[in-house]
Amino acid sequence: MQELNKEHKPLIVAFCCNWCSYAGADLAGSSRLSYPANVKIIRVPCSCRVNPTFILKAFQKGADGVILCGCHPGDCHYTSGNYYARRRMTLLFSMLDYLGIERERTRVEWVSAAEGAKFSKVMNEFAKTICELGENKRLEDLRCKD
Amino acid sequence: MQRLEVAFLEKAKELLSSGQVNRVLAYKKGEFCYDVSPAVFYSVEELENAVYNGFCGANLSKYLIQESKKEGKVAVFLKPCDTYSFNQLIKEHRVNRENVYVVGIECQGKFSIEKFYKTGVGFVASVQEDLDSVLVNGETKIDRNAVKLERCLVCKKQHVVYDELLVINEKKDGDLDRFEMVKKLEAMTADERFAFWKEQLSKCIRCNACRNVCPACTCTKCVFDNDDSQISSKANADSFEEKLFHIIRAFHVAGRCTDCGECSRVCPQNIPLHLLNRKYISDINEFYGEFEAGKDIAQKGPLTNYTTGDIEPNDFKGGNK
Amino acid sequence: MQRIGVFVCWCGSNISATVDVEKVSAVLALEPNVVISQNYQYMCSENGQALIRNSIKEHNLTGVVVCSCSPRMHEATFRRACESAGLNPYMLEVANIREQVSWIHKDIEEATEKAIILGRTAIAKLRLNTPLTAGESPVIKRALVIGGGIAGIQSALDIAEAGYEVDIVEKSPTIGGNMAKLDKTFPTLDCAACILTPKMVDCAQNEKIDILTFSEIESVKGFVGNFKVGIRKKARFVNEKLCTGCGVCTQKCPSKRGLNDFNMNLNTRPAIYIPFAQAIPNVAIIDPEQCLKLKNGKCGLCAMQCPTKAIDYTQQDEIVEREYGAIVVATGYKPISLENFNEYGYSTYKDVVTSLEFERIMNAAGPTSGHLERPSDHKQPKVITFIQCVGSRDTSGCGKPYCSKICCMYTAKHAMLVREKYPDTQVNIFYIDVRTPGKNYDEFYRRAVEQYGVNYIKGMVGKVYKEGDNLVVQGSDLINNEQLLIKSDMVVLAAAIEPDPSVRKIATLLTTSIDTNNFLTEAHAKLKPVESPTAGIFLSGVCQGPKDIPETVSQASACAAKVIGLLAKDKLKCNASTAGADEMLCTGCSLCENVCPYGAITYIDKEFRLGGGRTEVRRVASVNPAVCQGCGACTVTCPSGAMDLKGFSTKQIMAEVDAICKN
Repeated sequence: MQELNKEHKPLIVAFCCNWCSYAGADLAGSSRLSYPANVKIIRVPCSCRVNPTFILKAFQKGADGVILCGCHPGDCHYTSGNYYARRRMTLLFSMLDYLGIERERTRVEWVSAAEGAKFSKVMNEFAKTICELGENKRLEDLRCKD
Repeated sequence: MQRLEVAFLEKAKELLSSGQVNRVLAYKKGEFCYDVSPAVFYSVEELENAVYNGFCGANLSKYLIQESKKEGKVAVFLKPCDTYSFNQLIKEHRVNRENVYVVGIECQGKFSIEKFYKTGVGFVASVQEDLDSVLVNGETKIDRNAVKLERCLVCKKQHVVYDELLVINEKKDGDLDRFEMVKKLEAMTADERFAFWKEQLSKCIRCNACRNVCPACTCTKCVFDNDDSQISSKANADSFEEKLFHIIRAFHVAGRCTDCGECSRVCPQNIPLHLLNRKYISDINEFYGEFEAGKDIAQKGPLTNYTTGDIEPNDFKGGNK
Repeated sequence: MQRIGVFVCWCGSNISATVDVEKVSAVLALEPNVVISQNYQYMCSENGQALIRNSIKEHNLTGVVVCSCSPRMHEATFRRACESAGLNPYMLEVANIREQVSWIHKDIEEATEKAIILGRTAIAKLRLNTPLTAGESPVIKRALVIGGGIAGIQSALDIAEAGYEVDIVEKSPTIGGNMAKLDKTFPTLDCAACILTPKMVDCAQNEKIDILTFSEIESVKGFVGNFKVGIRKKARFVNEKLCTGCGVCTQKCPSKRGLNDFNMNLNTRPAIYIPFAQAIPNVAIIDPEQCLKLKNGKCGLCAMQCPTKAIDYTQQDEIVEREYGAIVVATGYKPISLENFNEYGYSTYKDVVTSLEFERIMNAAGPTSGHLERPSDHKQPKVITFIQCVGSRDTSGCGKPYCSKICCMYTAKHAMLVREKYPDTQVNIFYIDVRTPGKNYDEFYRRAVEQYGVNYIKGMVGKVYKEGDNLVVQGSDLINNEQLLIKSDMVVLAAAIEPDPSVRKIATLLTTSIDTNNFLTEAHAKLKPVESPTAGIFLSGVCQGPKDIPETVSQASACAAKVIGLLAKDKLKCNASTAGADEMLCTGCSLCENVCPYGAITYIDKEFRLGGGRTEVRRVASVNPAVCQGCGACTVTCPSGAMDLKGFSTKQIMAEVDAICKN
């Protein structure tokens, strides 16, 4: 199993809010703070724009980990968006856990525009966790994979 | 118990003949004693076919979305659990309350025909009901609890919205804990949970009965039927692939589901779908404080509300690993 | 069919050193819909932009993907380039191959592969882009100022000075606010009335300013540039237009037992009264609780005596509705209630007073005509002890956690004024810290200590109790480390200030945010200190945080400058990425309305054709694009998927997920 995991290059989808976390990723970039290339970022206006279906769809299509990054609670550009996102994700993650799907595959992190180092650290750690978990089999959907 | 049915018929007739309403939404008898179905009665004569008994499990509230839009007033007989769904529909502006005359009707728990078969009585031709027992085919006496739907064994609901009550005997609350099975699942290992749900959800044939009966699923067009939502899908290649449907469906009704249990009652594959909804209910209670959808419509729904100190998505305890 | 052009930027060597830009443009050229794919050294340069513009024209492009630095850097630049070539600026997507690729990955093969995937993702999204236009909404060139204290007065005067009409809505019968009650002002010791009342008169005389006193905000609808505000003009039982303020009525009124709130209830006033001599408007008002005519129908003296027949016992509250482009909140403060501070004996002993009460006692127009006397027996006190930080910087839960900011200075002022007028009076001040940051403030405080010999004691007061005719202040002196018992004739408490309680309702009506201490929240603590997070709502004075007069006036003028900047515009450009509901899917369930932070969603009953000549009226959501800021909270709350967000639609994001996961 261990060897298989080494060969498998996990795919990670990161949803980042435009105002804090996407800017945090930019700062990670301009500070040359590296994180694995298999982390791919999708820009959304706010963490509250992320629908659970986006996350499930990513898993169905073969993503091995999905992370949602937004402004710190209290700092949302739209004042309250991340609070709603927080409740939605808590309930969704708990449901996935309840279905026996590895809870480490999903994550929420609050990253501000000033936290380039945190962004890079979070992505490195998350990628490591996903590598250890191996390929996502429990949520994939053969219909959706080409 | 037969007294209740007589009172029900009298009330329905009185409402129709007095002109207070021009139709009645209730239940009509079918070919067998157990295949009772919801129906609208327009005249006292039609009420000949109306029944009210232990097989009237169907939740009538969803029918009121269409019925309350029609001309004139409709009377409806709602069980305690139905009133929660009806109240939630009022909150979401889905029914026209002024057009509905609600009679809150007594309920001592409804039956599951499968549970009758399990007792070994064979064909069920007739059932005489008592508060604590039932007499099948005039000869076999069975404890009422033995044939009740699971949801009725845990039910602690009282009518929350009505214009009048039709109650002869006080309702006996179910004494089982509705979260017992949820807790049991949470105590399993992740692999065991996965195996459980894989087995259950793999039975799904996507007949959509759960969605169609659900009083919280009232969209004009479901996202799963809408190509634009990008989640409507082809026939499944692998038996477990309907899980997305069930996760999303449960999520869409989270904070709005009144735990009426209709999804599990109608599922032809006997998938315990209510265990998904109850997981959300139990999480909401634990994370955000006790909340019962449909009970108090002035209360904000848990997913349209927040506090600054809410639990973090990475921090919930969750089930075993 | 979309015709897409792809433009890969080298960013000098910033991108090209780790990403094979030739390969990226070559591979992306093969993507469906892509008709041209090029790379260039500096895409953001004039030459690079010209390349984009020319390609749009030459190849009839319907969309552009630029693979370059972060969209936060140059999205606006490339949008302008598209627009100047006649392409809708929102038909552009940027793939971030610098910050997200070349700057963080070292392996060329890996980086190139990722750049290609990000390019494909941008193309996949762009295929579903639609041209967007930012809406425009007109600006009503009139401002509303809520609160007629010094903050509101200053904001209103500045706005009027710039030529715009302003209404001041004040809940009490006169403008002037707390400042009108003050005696002298620190650090210059000029009299408050001398500097405030001329400004009040300016307001009254300025033809651009309309003052609505004894009025409150009842309802607020609309959005930046277009507010509709309902104002309740409470009945004052005197016709404002007829009353000349001659004051005959107040002299004739037989009911004289009402407490005079302008004098902090230290004396009484008639049932019909003018709040103070320089009140604006200088118009009488009847207190219905005290008026014999209104209470039991017997009297009517004032109406008989009034030379202009201005008295109207039948007057009712009146609601007026007005429209505004901008709203200034200047609701000010009040001292906190001292019910949690029984140890100081405020409610037990008459001679324990608050600082604001002391202002009235010292004021020449106050209840004692400016003669220093204590309330219990009107004797002139020989020893006065001041206690600072009563309820300020209090983390015990009894008071407020913040510093009220003004108390150190006004207590020094009080001490100085007492020592100046009554040099034989001993003045003690208990303090935790003396805070005097401000121009000439520390000099002022030092004068109190050095020139006026005020006895400052660092320490807390444990309790105040009575012994014979006198009060005893028991406190600790932290510097000398001893317990003190100070016999005092009078004790003055520097009570903390808190936002006026009316602000809660106003904040709710305006859908603007408020902090845990009921201060209004600014849009940005440093960079947008006078704007609220709700567009078109501005903050002036203490409603935003404790301030003294100079600070309040500066902020009020800053606030006016922002309002003028808004009102000077004829039209406001709205956010183009707005939400909208598909009416065929919407069930009108109201879930989206509950999560919208801006109140942008309303519901309308709309008639739909069902076919066969039948119609149905359904409740559907309607988003006001001028108010929507495009967060997308509604889109996820909507179970039917009716609600979507332009520019970040469900289909677009799903296409991005698809494109990323495909590889």
